Amino acid sequence: MVTYIIRRLIGAVLMLVIVSMVTFSIFFVVPRIAGATSEDFASRYMGRSADAEMIAVTAEKLGFNDPIPVQYGRWISGVFVGSEFDTGATVEECPAPCFGYSFIKRQPVWPDLVDRIPVTLSLALGASVIWLLGGVATGVLSALRKGTIFDRAAMSIALAGVSLPIFFTGIVSLVIFSYGLGITAPGGSFTPFLENPVEWAYNLLLPWITLAFLSAAAYARLTRAGMLETMSEDYIRTARAKGMQESRVVVKHGLRAALTPILTIFGLDLGLLLGGAVLTESTFSLKGLGDYAVQAIVTNDLPKIMGVTMVAALFVVLASLIVDLLYAVVDPRVRLG
Amino acid sequence: MNKRSALAFAAAGAALSLGLSACGGGGSETKPADGSSAAPAAADAFNAGLEAVFNPSDKKGGVLKMAISEDWDSIDPGDTYYALSWNLVRIYGRSLVTYTPAPGAEGRKLSPDLAENLGESSDGGKTWTYKLRAGLKFEDGTPITSKDVKYAVLRSMDKETLVNGPTYFNDWLDLPKDFKSVYKTPDVNTDSAIETPDDQTIVFHLKKAYGGFDNFAALPGTIPVPKDKDTGVKYREHPVASGPYKFDKVEAGKQYTLVRNEHWDPATDPIRKALPDSYEISLGVNADDLDNRILSGDLHIDLAGSGVQPAALGRVLGDPALKARADNPTGARTWYTSIVSDVAPLDNVECRKAVIYGADRVGLQNAYGGEFAGGDIATGLMPPSIGGWKKLDLYPTGTGDVEKAKAALAACGKPDGFETIMAYRADRPKEKATAESLQQALAKVGIKLELKGYPTGDYFALYAGKPDFVKKNGIGLATNGWGADWNDGFGFMSQIVDSRTIRESGGNYNISIKDKEIDAKIDQIFTETDVAKRDALWGEIDQRVMEQAYVLPSVWSKGVLVRPLGATNVFVTGAFDMYDYLNLGVQ
Amino acid sequence: MSAPSSFLELRDLRIHFPTDDGLVKSVDGLSFQLERGKTLGIVGESGSGKSVTSLGILGLHKGGRAKISGEIWLGGEELVTASADHVRTLRGKKMAMIFQDPLSAMHPFYTVGAQIVEAYRIHNQVSKKVARKHAIDMLGRVGIPQPEKRVDSYPHEFSGGMRQRAMIAMALSCDPELLIADEPTTALDVTVQAQILDLMRDLQRDFNAALIVITHDLGVVAELSDDILVMYGGKGIEYGTAEDIFERPEHPYTWGLLGSMPRLDRERTERLLPIKGSPPSLINVPTGCAFHPRCAYADRTDGRSSTEVPELLESDGGHLVRCHLSHEVKRDIWENEIKVNLEPS
Repeated sequence: MVTYIIRRLIGAVLMLVIVSMVTFSIFFVVPRIAGATSEDFASRYMGRSADAEMIAVTAEKLGFNDPIPVQYGRWISGVFVGSEFDTGATVEECPAPCFGYSFIKRQPVWPDLVDRIPVTLSLALGASVIWLLGGVATGVLSALRKGTIFDRAAMSIALAGVSLPIFFTGIVSLVIFSYGLGITAPGGSFTPFLENPVEWAYNLLLPWITLAFLSAAAYARLTRAGMLETMSEDYIRTARAKGMQESRVVVKHGLRAALTPILTIFGLDLGLLLGGAVLTESTFSLKGLGDYAVQAIVTNDLPKIMGVTMVAALFVVLASLIVDLLYAVVDPRVRLG
Repeated sequence: MNKRSALAFAAAGAALSLGLSACGGGGSETKPADGSSAAPAAADAFNAGLEAVFNPSDKKGGVLKMAISEDWDSIDPGDTYYALSWNLVRIYGRSLVTYTPAPGAEGRKLSPDLAENLGESSDGGKTWTYKLRAGLKFEDGTPITSKDVKYAVLRSMDKETLVNGPTYFNDWLDLPKDFKSVYKTPDVNTDSAIETPDDQTIVFHLKKAYGGFDNFAALPGTIPVPKDKDTGVKYREHPVASGPYKFDKVEAGKQYTLVRNEHWDPATDPIRKALPDSYEISLGVNADDLDNRILSGDLHIDLAGSGVQPAALGRVLGDPALKARADNPTGARTWYTSIVSDVAPLDNVECRKAVIYGADRVGLQNAYGGEFAGGDIATGLMPPSIGGWKKLDLYPTGTGDVEKAKAALAACGKPDGFETIMAYRADRPKEKATAESLQQALAKVGIKLELKGYPTGDYFALYAGKPDFVKKNGIGLATNGWGADWNDGFGFMSQIVDSRTIRESGGNYNISIKDKEIDAKIDQIFTETDVAKRDALWGEIDQRVMEQAYVLPSVWSKGVLVRPLGATNVFVTGAFDMYDYLNLGVQ
Repeated sequence: MSAPSSFLELRDLRIHFPTDDGLVKSVDGLSFQLERGKTLGIVGESGSGKSVTSLGILGLHKGGRAKISGEIWLGGEELVTASADHVRTLRGKKMAMIFQDPLSAMHPFYTVGAQIVEAYRIHNQVSKKVARKHAIDMLGRVGIPQPEKRVDSYPHEFSGGMRQRAMIAMALSCDPELLIADEPTTALDVTVQAQILDLMRDLQRDFNAALIVITHDLGVVAELSDDILVMYGGKGIEYGTAEDIFERPEHPYTWGLLGSMPRLDRERTERLLPIKGSPPSLINVPTGCAFHPRCAYADRTDGRSSTEVPELLESDGGHLVRCHLSHEVKRDIWENEIKVNLEPS
């Protein structure tokens, strides 16, 4: 088990290094292959009134003329020891971990990310709890009542849930529940959990449910399929042959096995979501990582995009690491491999 | 069911059926105005806010809620180049002069703000003098002097630090050669450019005469900045207020909150009413949600001022009650397609004309969203709200004149047509639709277009705005658009028709107009001190652009704005063609 | 309906499953008796209804789609009409089952010990500690070395034979009076098969349980059984003592089974004699004798085999056969046509 953990940890670190290289390449190497010059990079950070000379100076200042590995190294070293940026008027500190410095917004990226992580975290955790419980419960009931009205209704709703885009369901539910009935908070409402937990939950209720609905639908279908498969396993028959009560058979023997692959997907989904629930955040105007990524992309703010990509990658890698470890705890067969 | 929920269900229904006319939507209650304002009051009707003040009031108090779907460059008055920002900045900053808070064309007229009067020119328009009012104070109580205005202007010229703002002062002020910036060369004497003989007086010295300098003095760059509070790029974290409101909270990319600036003295300020107790400005609000919130009364103003999204547009135009709450101003913005005059065969004026004749002008209008959301079919480059505009009628504005186009092609020596490449911004659906409309219409006259989309972010820097890229790739047509920095010929035209602004390194907004005659007229304008004559010359330039077929204009931009529920003094200012943000109040 | 004197008795048991294609008559009128300490082997091809029968006895079809009729008497109690919950309390305690392929029949996420503990604690109000000790005891009794260590192993950490031993330990953990073993050795290799069969024989004696061994392999029942029931198409077609079935088989299907049985005392090169054709559809059961389409002797029944369902009749001393052929004809065929081919050459 220990070697398994160590191996997975090394794998996770390697994965992050690769992600950082790929991300860096996408934004700084690929455009060069496509013909972009150092000045072209610099011009992104200049206003629409910058002249060629100014752009050339900026390109040099920001190090776009240096060899690619040097630029990459500088970026990575910033993460560990921080870096400094000359803005002309002042020299701005970007303390470690410096995940880049936005030359457009004139601020280090990391504090922004730290500021936004609680929003995304709140959104993702709340929604994931709802969808996991709701989805799994619906899926289990559907599987046990296969072919009944409940099953058919649940699966039809689930199909709708999977197919409806969140920017549609989100906007419609805001119009109905927030602006019409006034029972939920309007778009953009967020209160930190520590400030007021009740308000925190109230403000996030609608985004949670909207986001959860989407995934709960998928999880209900997954759980149903998993349960149907598991409940026909031989070991379920064995459990029944022992004289075990059916409810315990379903939960202890059926659900336990059926949940394992769902937990894997759940972990990865949660990891992805922690990197930013892009559509939900932009639909509900929540200032999380996903919204940050969208704004960064719209304004072509490369350091921000890189920073948020790395943090998202970190979450996904972490989540998959945790899932792998959990999987080994849940399914003893994995520990061998 | 109360009124709120009735509205919501109607709204949801409309959203669901995508534009099905909603039943009993409305919510168009208008409380009778207090009547204390002298401005004409408008009734609740379509375009009521264009020429009159809607809901005039002097009632103080309340929170004015504004929002924007994205973000703008900066709240630092020395570092901003967005019309909405120039409109908004005036609630916390006072420039030397500013646009008169009045509806329609009256709003384009300048009023003194920090200054007691508009600029006094001498030296044939090369020297401009302003005298500051007495009793002006920053938010911390320190008096505002002419030196603070001078410092603000000089710092705004440091394009290495404050990259976003316009460069008019850089281009026109007579600065010594050894001056780099207020940060790098703080000790260099800059009196050759700006003099401050006393704390109340500021004198600008230009390299060459310019009769319209008051428009420069209205730039946010003249909003005073106290030198000891200037933190360079970080000043945007708390610009020091000289207007009636100061920043309480600045959360970049998220929210701004402004509260009353106790040190602003209404006695020094004849144009501001300063009605709300505070402003709440939310950034990055979902654009559709933003529209819904304005319609439901949850929010007052969409800061962007460019009109509602397509989703809300159908509802607003389809529901008489909602339409009565809408204004449909024509902005000082033209969407057009540059016809690149140095890419063969478009170097021949007849071939260029063939493109305009062949184009489906109605199709192009529809590409931008039709009459209300897109705008009126443009017959010239210059929009009607610009001084000196005259109606041009050189080309038909129907769905394409095949015969005339073919005749022009024959005259060009290409009776069978030709092939060329058309560039557009790939992530802009309207420009894609424009390109597709042109492709279809021109195919009928034998002009074959190959459409190529380029990313918006680098469109001017690397692609359509980079001359050698355009030539190398044989791009004959490039669609784009332009809005005025301010609503006069100079503010609209100077960046897009003067061939001498074109830089080989890219980043040009003038893609196709390289005409000696036009350049000469521009030089003539600068030396002309009479406004009417200047305006007339801009009109001539517009005519020349169309005669030579350098651009195919699509529309003069329009947007559908929705008047807020529960806000007072709502009107569209001719200065920015959006609601005037200076004197809004809360009912 | 009166309680029988025997420990286990099935009377005209029918288990039918309605499906979209029609009614599947998996078990269709099955009767037999079994005493404690005795072993019954049920033999048949897959689909003959033998596994459905065993699950039916355990009451595992209750609450499902199955339509069950007839009577199942166990220790004086009738189980078909008993409540599902009552049958559940008997399951695992009074009657237990050993399944084929213990790898899939044991839960992969729980240790072997935990699964035995679970089985024990369902029916015995004891602490986990006591149950664990019992599990270790049971593992020891079924011949697992170092049971106090292996009790914490997972099924996948056991070899196939060990798993089957653990499965047996689990089934025996509550000291059941009826033990049903469904293909207990099918998944095992031959030497392990022999060990497991020995173990089962020993344990049955120790526990004095009634044992039903279900298999398609006559070799297995030959080792264990007192009585043998041959099933075909959901019906019992021949029933008798092991001696009856092996020495004096009377049903052509039984002859086929014997012919297709690999025997250690026969040459490997010798060809087995498989039964022609495939098992009957349980929805559209062939008219008359269900076996007649595959029966080489059907032409000797004057056509009755394809029109008339044969009765299960006593041929001699408790030996029951369901066949239209007369006793003499069958004896003759067995002696002169079949047996000679089965003898070692």
